[in-house]
Amino acid sequence: MLTLTCPYCGTHADETELAPGGEAHLKRFGPGSSDEDFEDYLFRRANPKGVHFERWRHAYGCGKWFLAARCTTTLEVYGTYPAQTTEPPEHILETIAAKRPGWSWEADT
Amino acid sequence: MKKRYSVFAIAKEAARHHLGWERAWAAPSPKPKYDAIIVGAGGHGLATAYYLGKNHGLRNVAILEKGWLGGGNTGRNTTIIRSNYLQDPSAAIYEKSRSLYETLSQDLNYNIMFSPRGVIMLAQTQAEIRGYQRTAHANALQGVKTEWIEPRRVKELCPIINLDGPRYPVLGGLYQARGGTARHDAVAWGYARACSDMGMDIIQQCEVTGVSTEAGKVTGVTTTKGDIACDKLGIVVAGHSSALADMAGFRLPIESVALQALVSEPIKPAMDVVIMANTVHGYMSQSDKGEMVIGGGTDGFNNYTQRGSFHHIEETVRALVETFPMISRLKMLRQWGGIVDMTGDRSPIISKTPVGGIFVNCGWGTGGFKAIPGSGWAMAELMAKGEPGPLAAEFTVDRFKVGKFIDESVAAGVAH
Repeated sequence: MLTLTCPYCGTHADETELAPGGEAHLKRFGPGSSDEDFEDYLFRRANPKGVHFERWRHAYGCGKWFLAARCTTTLEVYGTYPAQTTEPPEHILETIAAKRPGWSWEADT
Repeated sequence: MKKRYSVFAIAKEAARHHLGWERAWAAPSPKPKYDAIIVGAGGHGLATAYYLGKNHGLRNVAILEKGWLGGGNTGRNTTIIRSNYLQDPSAAIYEKSRSLYETLSQDLNYNIMFSPRGVIMLAQTQAEIRGYQRTAHANALQGVKTEWIEPRRVKELCPIINLDGPRYPVLGGLYQARGGTARHDAVAWGYARACSDMGMDIIQQCEVTGVSTEAGKVTGVTTTKGDIACDKLGIVVAGHSSALADMAGFRLPIESVALQALVSEPIKPAMDVVIMANTVHGYMSQSDKGEMVIGGGTDGFNNYTQRGSFHHIEETVRALVETFPMISRLKMLRQWGGIVDMTGDRSPIISKTPVGGIFVNCGWGTGGFKAIPGSGWAMAELMAKGEPGPLAAEFTVDRFKVGKFIDESVAAGVAH
């Protein structure tokens, strides 16, 4: 069972306590954007086999949204962090780079 | 030409200690170039190759498989076949598929054990009653034979069901009498044998690691068994579609999650229909071996582990014990997971891609097995002609841009 640490309450919550919210750090496009950008924002996903940044909500806890870095093949969790950011914090990127040499963060454009 | 399987062949082999059976398909090394390469030797990939050869005369075809034939979702599903969908494009392709299943054993000369035992989708809320009655009316217009049945008829068809469950009583059901099950491995094996017989190369243990393009058009693939050139490339890899698309340089509206299933210890025949209970989220049928085959839920997060989370098993089994109290003492024998490819509208993609000569067939999500023959039929037409035929026309990847969804996520509920 997947266990994530809520960065707000510090609780080690298992997945039954959490609600998954899909890919994180998507760039939002709304009214006035091109059809392609809007489609990408709504539907296109990286869906990587490897490091994935994603949104979670501590549904049966504090109720707040947070973000997690996780490997989709091993379910290893590299860390969780508050949602008020547009890209992963440095310490998370360092943790991942230490475990996966050669890996680098690419902002989704 | 392979020897035909028949009662005479069995009698002949019985008389000589079964020493004369030949391999069902060849194990060739890759040639340097093919007219078309299909990535993925699961049901959909093999069916695509089969209909490319049978319907379109394209036989210089290789099917590449990173693992073993039919070892992905084809060997991991709950083998349910039905076509009771709400939307017209879905009903058309799933009904084509179901009707091909009816004669597939004869067509392939391979017993796929299609058993049209009937599928009932239980209505357990007022909303489901309205939803399924609407689907039954839509199916009547689409020429798909389904009917709305009352609780008493559900009980007649499936005596072990508990109509008056504590949480969700059975209020009726959507019944498709010619739905049912088939032997999933046999579907892959039958198609593989027929493809091999047409001179196609099925290459197992051959993982595609790169896609080569030139001037926006595909030229071949890099694999663990060397580079192979091709004019057309069909990507039919279910949960790994995003990884292949990434190699070819485009993105798909797909997310991969684990869907799990489990089987009980074998018991004597207890139910001869397939029951799907979408509100409580569980579905069950009995295999010919006597095992109760149970389908469960998908994980809500991206996942390539082929396991699935434990709590889904508990939820599924809890729901089914309420619906079928007699299974409460059954031991579960095996559990497994498959990686399914979910699209935004829960309908598949059979489409051209931004790269010339590359076609994708993916997004079948949690309900791909039933679609294998129809999917292969439509994908073969698309690959052979370069343009989709009537079955695939609505399932293009462009529908997410223009907003022309085939929204089965609402119509079909969760199990699908």
